[in-house]
Amino acid sequence: MPDLQLQDILVKPGKKEILRLEQLTLKESEIYAIVGPSGSGKSTFLKVINLLVKPVQGKMHFFGQELSLPHLSGSSRLMVQREMAFVAQKPVMFQTTVFENVAMGLRYRGIDRPTIQKRVDEALEQVGLLESAGQAAHTLSGGEAQRVALARALVLQPKLLLLDEPTSNLDPKNVSIFEQVTRNIHQTFQTTILIVTHHLHQARRLASHCLFIHEGKLVEMADTDSFFQTPKAEDLKAFLSGQMVY
Amino acid sequence: MNWMPFSQDVISVILLSLQVSTIAIMIGVLIGIPFGSFLGLYTFPGKRLLTAVIYTLMGLPPVLIGVVVYLLLSKHGPLGSLQWLFTPQAMMVAQTILVTPIIIGLSMAAVQAKEQTYLETIKSLGATPVQTVWTIIKESRKGIWAGVATAYGRAISEVGAVMLVGGNIEGHTRVMTTAIILETRMGNFDAALQLGAVLLFISFILNNLLVMGILADFRSRRRRES
Repeated sequence: MPDLQLQDILVKPGKKEILRLEQLTLKESEIYAIVGPSGSGKSTFLKVINLLVKPVQGKMHFFGQELSLPHLSGSSRLMVQREMAFVAQKPVMFQTTVFENVAMGLRYRGIDRPTIQKRVDEALEQVGLLESAGQAAHTLSGGEAQRVALARALVLQPKLLLLDEPTSNLDPKNVSIFEQVTRNIHQTFQTTILIVTHHLHQARRLASHCLFIHEGKLVEMADTDSFFQTPKAEDLKAFLSGQMVY
Repeated sequence: MNWMPFSQDVISVILLSLQVSTIAIMIGVLIGIPFGSFLGLYTFPGKRLLTAVIYTLMGLPPVLIGVVVYLLLSKHGPLGSLQWLFTPQAMMVAQTILVTPIIIGLSMAAVQAKEQTYLETIKSLGATPVQTVWTIIKESRKGIWAGVATAYGRAISEVGAVMLVGGNIEGHTRVMTTAIILETRMGNFDAALQLGAVLLFISFILNNLLVMGILADFRSRRRRES
């Protein structure tokens, strides 16, 4: 049984198809980068996996569980969602302290207070914001807020970490910190990571495999070296060379 | 009646006004905030019609509420056995009907004003539906508080419903608004104006609390932008 497999996924909220995937298998403990033009369905792809977008058809095998995505019960949805963490492009900071923002997911799970204290402190230390624990989260800079969002994901120790263009609004220093923490999470917890990015260099630096999504379809998937050095699809060649018109 | 400032009569009228409106608001809050937040968060068949009904009820004339509650609680009405007509309980029922749609409608608007990414973030953190609603309520608290303050202002200043179902009985169901009407009819304009000033003062205190909340939000935004 594969660790994460998507089958016959179709996202079609109106008349237009947003995403169609016939079959996709992802291995445990790997980092996958998803690239493609804007509006090609990359974020929708992550949201389907995170059960935030409901497809009209399709199945997902998630670490041993088979899920029929359009007919998922509330309890199954919650159980699977609690095995993942999602970091959005523009992080939402709740109107409370940095500590409480990071602790939120643990509180939803009913984790005891000493464990929450320990895990939140560790996560904040990893992202370099332990001293800001008592600060109001909405007063943070964009880079700091994104690091808090990563700590909020890290503290959950997820099997699968989904990152949706997490560094697109960050300066180089914060990009570097974010990437280093992402690597640490991967090494420490053997977490499977999917990162949507517009920065091809970032995909090269972080990922072991890359996926190219275009017009709602998975066009190509390969290990990172082959993906960049010997792309097969004409659309991917045009995209990598910056000549794609869209 | 003794209308000297801070006389026993004046204080009892003020206290009854506050008691009736506060209890009505508390019941309205308990029903209205969760219901309004649910409506703001979730989509279901018939939601559009329900929303239109709630918006209509937000503008219910107090006199109409008074008539309906009067008929319900009158001796031969369906709830006549409670014997609540011309009691503070009847006034609370009428004001609860008045304020609940306001709290529902404004809570719904406050929750809907939050971006979709809030909801997605809360769900992706593994929140149950109840935890999701509770978190959104906390995040929308400033807008919800504005709705509660609006509803409180409407409750404490309305006269039609409490006059009909309470009867303006001295020492029993007389509140500030019904006392103002009585004193005006009797030509005691000083007493009417004094009570009007107290009403304004209570409204000022409520709105001041609201403004303090808005100012705190404004200051925190300034800090964020700098």
